[in-house]
Order: sequence, then structure tokens, then C-alpha cells
Amino acid sequence: MIAGFADLLERLAFTPRRNLKLAHLSGYFKATPDPDRGYALAALTGDLALRRVTPSLLRGLVTARVDAELFALSYDFVGDLAETIALIWPAPAQIDSPALSELVRELQDSPKTQLPARIIARLDSLPPSQRYAYLKLATGGLRVGVSARLARQAVADYGALDLAEVEELWHGLSPPYESLFHWAEEGPKPVSAARAPFRPVMLSSPTDLDDLRLRDPAEFMAEWKWDGIRVQAVSDHGERRLYSRSGDDISGAFPDLLAALDFDGVIDGELLIRRGERVAAFSDLQTRLGRKTVSAKMLASHPAALRAYDLLFREGRDLRALPLTARRNMLESTVAELDPARIDLSPLLPLTDWDQLAAMRAAPPDPVIEGVMIKHRASPYLAGRIKGHWFKWKREPMLVDAVLMYAQRGHGKRSGYYSDFTFGVWDAGQLVPVGKAYFGFTDAEMKELDRFVRNNTTERFGPVRAVKPEKVVEVAFEGLNRSTRHKSGLAMRFPRIARIRNDKPAQEADELATLQALLTSGT
Amino acid sequence: MMAALARACKRPIFLRMADPILIPRPEGLYCPEGDFHIDPVRPVPRALITHGHADHARAGHGAVMATAQTLDIMALRYGDGFTPSRQVATGPTRINGVTVSFHPAGHVLGSAQIRIENARQVCVVTGDYTRTPNSACAPWEPVACDILVTEATFALPVFRHPDPVQEIGKLLASVRAFPDRAHLVGVYALGKAQRVIMLLRQAGYDAPIYIHGALAKLCDYHIAQGVALGDLRPATVTRGRKGDFAGAIILGPPSAFAATWAQRFPDPVICFASGWMMVRARARQRGVELPLIISDHVDWGQLTQTIEDLNPAETWITHGREDALLRWCAIRQRKAIPLRLVGYEDEPE
Repeated sequence: MIAGFADLLERLAFTPRRNLKLAHLSGYFKATPDPDRGYALAALTGDLALRRVTPSLLRGLVTARVDAELFALSYDFVGDLAETIALIWPAPAQIDSPALSELVRELQDSPKTQLPARIIARLDSLPPSQRYAYLKLATGGLRVGVSARLARQAVADYGALDLAEVEELWHGLSPPYESLFHWAEEGPKPVSAARAPFRPVMLSSPTDLDDLRLRDPAEFMAEWKWDGIRVQAVSDHGERRLYSRSGDDISGAFPDLLAALDFDGVIDGELLIRRGERVAAFSDLQTRLGRKTVSAKMLASHPAALRAYDLLFREGRDLRALPLTARRNMLESTVAELDPARIDLSPLLPLTDWDQLAAMRAAPPDPVIEGVMIKHRASPYLAGRIKGHWFKWKREPMLVDAVLMYAQRGHGKRSGYYSDFTFGVWDAGQLVPVGKAYFGFTDAEMKELDRFVRNNTTERFGPVRAVKPEKVVEVAFEGLNRSTRHKSGLAMRFPRIARIRNDKPAQEADELATLQALLTSGT
Repeated sequence: MMAALARACKRPIFLRMADPILIPRPEGLYCPEGDFHIDPVRPVPRALITHGHADHARAGHGAVMATAQTLDIMALRYGDGFTPSRQVATGPTRINGVTVSFHPAGHVLGSAQIRIENARQVCVVTGDYTRTPNSACAPWEPVACDILVTEATFALPVFRHPDPVQEIGKLLASVRAFPDRAHLVGVYALGKAQRVIMLLRQAGYDAPIYIHGALAKLCDYHIAQGVALGDLRPATVTRGRKGDFAGAIILGPPSAFAATWAQRFPDPVICFASGWMMVRARARQRGVELPLIISDHVDWGQLTQTIEDLNPAETWITHGREDALLRWCAIRQRKAIPLRLVGYEDEPE
């Protein structure tokens, strides 16, 4: 029943602890029959393909019932479309709670022309919490603090199965996962029919010089941490796939790279846009992401490439239990036979002592490097973030002291607080906006900034307030790009508010020229 | 030309119209004919106070007029010297050129709407109010008026607060489901604390309820005023006796939950009683595991119903989410004016 699913979402949303979430999920799988539990699982892992219900369709339905401006104001406050509609929709005259599977099939099978009327009929007969669950189901993306991985972990917990086995099998299964639940309940392990499955990736933990000094550099290898997207390139008997590190299949957006996977095995690497030897900035890669298809023009102007870190399989042989040094040797011989314009090796850095590595990290040869990776030579390839094997040592962020200029109320967690900030630096005595940030601060700092905004508003533009140029914030960011879209001519990567500089008068905030100098110095 | 004039005077343009009964000023609403302020946020010579929440009732005014209970509460909070001159609102009272009277608002003990009448108009300043039954204080009563000056804390159509009896049921169900855990309920010291206790008592919960020290004075005052709160005990733990609070309900101010005080209780379920708990993100932001939607303010339905019931010629909006209420009034061709008073919190701490 949708009621049980609504209940589950409610519990998950308010349960902060991972173990309790797992307990709620396992409890739900136990109490709910097939196929409802499988559809619920698919909804949580994002594998339920109901994408035909678009936000704009829902907006149209709700604004036919409720004044559009009142809806917009409510949405601005609540921050979540499904929740806003669930709360604002007029109360049902009669309640009818159907099975989850009935709703899923209706959403999947209804002809497009009939879909709106069916959604309206459901909204008219469900109570608010079930309306919310129904809309979350229809639009995908539940956002209840449960990752696909955690949901799979719950299935593994429920059946006392090995999570890595469930993850490897996953891409060969489809909703409502009856064979998986059967396995969990002591049936046989399902056989995956899928070629080129995703393998759970190995992750690193952050480190610093103090921590590294406790370790022997001779036991480690170091390489650059490239600022692209971590991917897994799989070629299995001619079936080729590119997965993100969370296991999403992103093959469709990168046919050029897929064509170059002339090997049989699994390579772990960094997806980059590379023009000859030059690796392009992350923003170039962003323009190619999230596309179902990609134009010939884009393929020519933004060529995709893979920089290889590791080899998990070769010609059907699982290499993951081997030490890193052995895998690296095999990776080198595999990559040597591939098109160097598309696939190359991530070079190893000389590593004799940590201070020398620190010096290299401080002056990387390429702006698209965001630090160094340090990996134990004996490390097997393990799923997840297993401490002690791999480390990431990211570059220090750049800092600038900027003046708060505008603020906007936040969404979701920050609804009701002014928590999206635009800040600027001085240019010939005028403030020019150089970026926006909506995180980095603590809850207490957010409240301080919120209070400052409310008490120092000079103008209102819809949801945006201009404030007196009095508050200085230290902004940390990862890099600068030239930008024609911003008045200042530059755009910050990953800006966040590092701290509030109550000690600093606004006149002493940084000048635009300081930032421009950073841009020309190649960072 | 009018715009230029208004700018020169630094006042909204509507105030250029003849002799308004109330004027929004930085220190609060001011009545020129009566020469007093209502709920001023800065010290003034003469203040009329709607209720005892700290953002409405401040110390340091030359003279204060309020209900006897609100005066008591101010004395409890600020000490007897909070003002040199107190006046208890009893019946209609002449103040200079106007007549004022106080009428129950249903918000917290002692809370009142203030009715102001001059030769031309009747104006009602609601303060904070709710129409949901609240056994910790006298119920809201409708007061006919030409100008309704209303709060708009929950003025969005998404706010349809459920029956508080049902919300207290959720708390009791959780206490039954987790008998080994303590239930820590975040409540404000004035109003919400006593409201939640009364709801628990009415639901048949007669076990001792434990309260944080910050709630004690005001709970004692409610009991002295005849609000039967039952068996209340201080929520103090002696070292090594955490288990004593398993299955107990403990009330405290939300600010205490971040403090080490909260660590004394066995695996606490963090609950928070507030109208904001309707919005999931708000509950999650506070780290709330069990949100209880219990509000001492009018929700959207009650607010719009009040305007329809009283049918004032003008609705002035003091603080809150005025945009949606302005839109609602515009759709119904009702005159509405946002005062955008600053200094009032969404919910007082």
C-alpha cells in the first residue's frame, strides 16, 4: 500500500542515524509483499523510470487548482515541489489508498493524454503524507537522505547478503527485484544477464602533512588528482559502458570515448575534456554532462578523454585482490595499446619524502589538478572508502575577503533564512559582484548573516534583498575561470563562505585587481 | 509629487492620508491620538503590550498597560522594576483621545488583542493569536473592527495545522514504541510548554513530566493561575542514573538541546512542538526526529477565515509572510497594507 511507503518516507526523512534508517528499510522489506517492496526499492535507488511526470506538468496541475502566485510563494518557502503540492492541494473528500504497484503501473502505462487526469484523481483521494509519497514516486528523486547504496545495503542486511555481491549484481536486475528478494529470503542467487556491469569503486580519505609524516613514503605511490569526473570504463565482450563513481550509466553522453575502449576489461580513471595535451577546465566537461545525445559540433569542440588510474579486470580475470603495483603494471601494458588521444596514463610522481610531495602539490604543472592522490603500493582494490589504503591531499583553497551585497532566502533546509549570498570586491571605489555562495558557514553563522540581512536591507527585488555594504566575509574557492556572463569578467569554482570577518571594515576588503592577478598567474 | 513627498517624510505614502489611527514607526506601532505604542521594540514613554513573549514585551518603558497576567509575566521575566508605572487593562479605558480595551487572543496565558476606538474608526491589533482551542489560556474572541491589524506568521496556504490532539497522539505512540528512550520535547517557556503539558494531560497521560529549569518559573505561575499542569518534576540528573529517564517525557527550551544538558538522557528522541514542523526541511534542519505540529498562531485557514468573519474595511499586516496574504486580499478585492514591522521573531525563544 502507498500508506506503508508514505510511512517509510516519513521515518527515513526524520531519522538522522544511518543504522536506524537501515532498520526502518529492512523492517519495511520484511513487512511488505512483492511487488510493492521492489518498487519502493527502485524508487529509493532511482531505478524507477517514471520520468514522464515532469515538474512543469505538476506545476500546471496545481496552478489550475490554486492561485499561481500563492503557489509560487509557498514553493519558495517550502523549497520542494512535491511537498508544496502535497501540502497546498485541497483536502480530499474521500480517501482511497491503493497499492504502490498499482500507482507505478498507472504512471508507467497511462497514455500521455490521460496522465494529467489520473494524477489529479489520485491527488484528490490521498491524504497529504501519501500525496507527498505519490508525487515523489512520480517525479523521481526522493531526497529522504537515503542513497542508492544505503538502500542496497538494507536489502543486503535484510537477507544477510554481501553488499559487494548485491552491487555487482545490481545492473543485471530490474524492478520490482523479485529474484533479489527471493535470494534474500534464502532462495538461489540470481544470475545477472547483463554484460559490462558496474563494479563498486574504491574511494580515498582526506589527509594532511601531519598525518602523512606518520607513514613511510616508500610504501606509497603518488599521482595527481585530476579535476574531472571519476569514471569506470567497462568493455565486456564488445559491450561498452561508462559509469560514474556511483554507478550511473553515462555512456550516452560520451560516444567518442566509448569508441576508444578497445580493450576487454575494467579501467578506473578520470573523465576529462582534453584537446591534445591540454586538459580543459572542469566547466568544459560540465557542458557535456547530463546529455542524452551529443552533437557532432560538441564532439569536435569538447573531445572526451580518459586518464587511467587503475585496472580492475582484464580479459575476464578479476585483478582486484592483487596489489596496486601489479595492477599498475598491467594497466600500463593495456593502455599502451590504446589510442593515446583518448586514453592515457595518470603519471606517477616521484615520491621520496612527504615535504618534496608537498612542494609539488603547492605548484602543480596544470591548473586542472586539484591535489595529489597517495595510494599504498600493496592496496587491493576494495569497494568503498576503506581507511589506510588510499588518501587524497587536496590543494589549499584560495581565499578572498569580499563584501556581502545581496541575499536571497534559501530553499529546503534553509527555507525562511537568508542564506544565499552574493558578494563583491572593490573596483575603483565600487563593489562588483564576483560570486555567490550558499554554504561553508555554520548554522550559527547563518543565523548571524540572516539577522544582518534583515536589519540592513536597503532594497528589495522580489525575493532578493540588497544590503548595506558593511559585512565582510572570507570566501574560499577552488579556482577562477574567465567568464563573459559576469560583470567582473571572472567566475569562481566552488565558492563558499569560510568565515565572517567581523574584525574587518568593508573598505579593507579585497580589490578586483587581486583576483585578476590570480587569473593571469594561471591558477 | 506624492512619491517625492513620501520620500521626503521617509514614510510610506498611505500615511499621507488623513489622520491614521496607528502609524508604523521604527520603534513599533504608534497611536498619535492616544500617544502610546503597541508592543514597541525600543523603550517608549507609554506602551500597550499584547502578550508576554520577549519580542513583544520588553523592559524599559515609561508606563505599561497590559492584562494582569501579562504584567505578572513581564515582572517574572524582567523583575519588578521593568517599568515604573503599570496599569492593568480591565475594561474600556480612555487614553487621551482614544478608548482602548483588551480581548483574549488565545495565544498564551494573558495574551490579548487590543481594540482602539476613536471618533471615526475601530481598530483591532491582534498581537499573536490562534483560534485553535488552547486550554492553557482564554480562547480567542472575535472583535468587530474597521481596521484589522493582524500577524501573518503562518500566512501561506501550505500551513494547515492538524488537530493538536492528533499530534500529541504521535508523541505518546512514540513513547510506547521506544520505552527505553527519553523523549525530549522542544518547547518555548511561555505558552508552548504549558500547552503541550495540558494536551498530554487531556490525552490521559498522568505520569510525572520533567521540565528544564528554564520552564519552572512560568509553569509555577500557570499553576498559580489555575492551569492544572499535574505532576511536574525538575529534569535534573544525578550522575550515573540515566536510566531513570527511560520512557519519560522531558520538556525543555530548544536552545538547551544543543547544550550538554541533553546528553544526560538515555538515547533521546528529539521532538519539537511548533507550527513550522509542517515543513520537513525545517524539522530536519533542527535535527528533529519527531516533529509535532503544534502552533499557537493562526494557520492560513484561520487567518483568512478571520478576515472574512470580521470583514474589516482594511487589513494591516504587522509581521510574517505578508506577500501571500496581500495576494489573497487582492484576489478578493480587500484592501490590505503591509507594515513590515521589524523586530518580531517568527517564534520567540
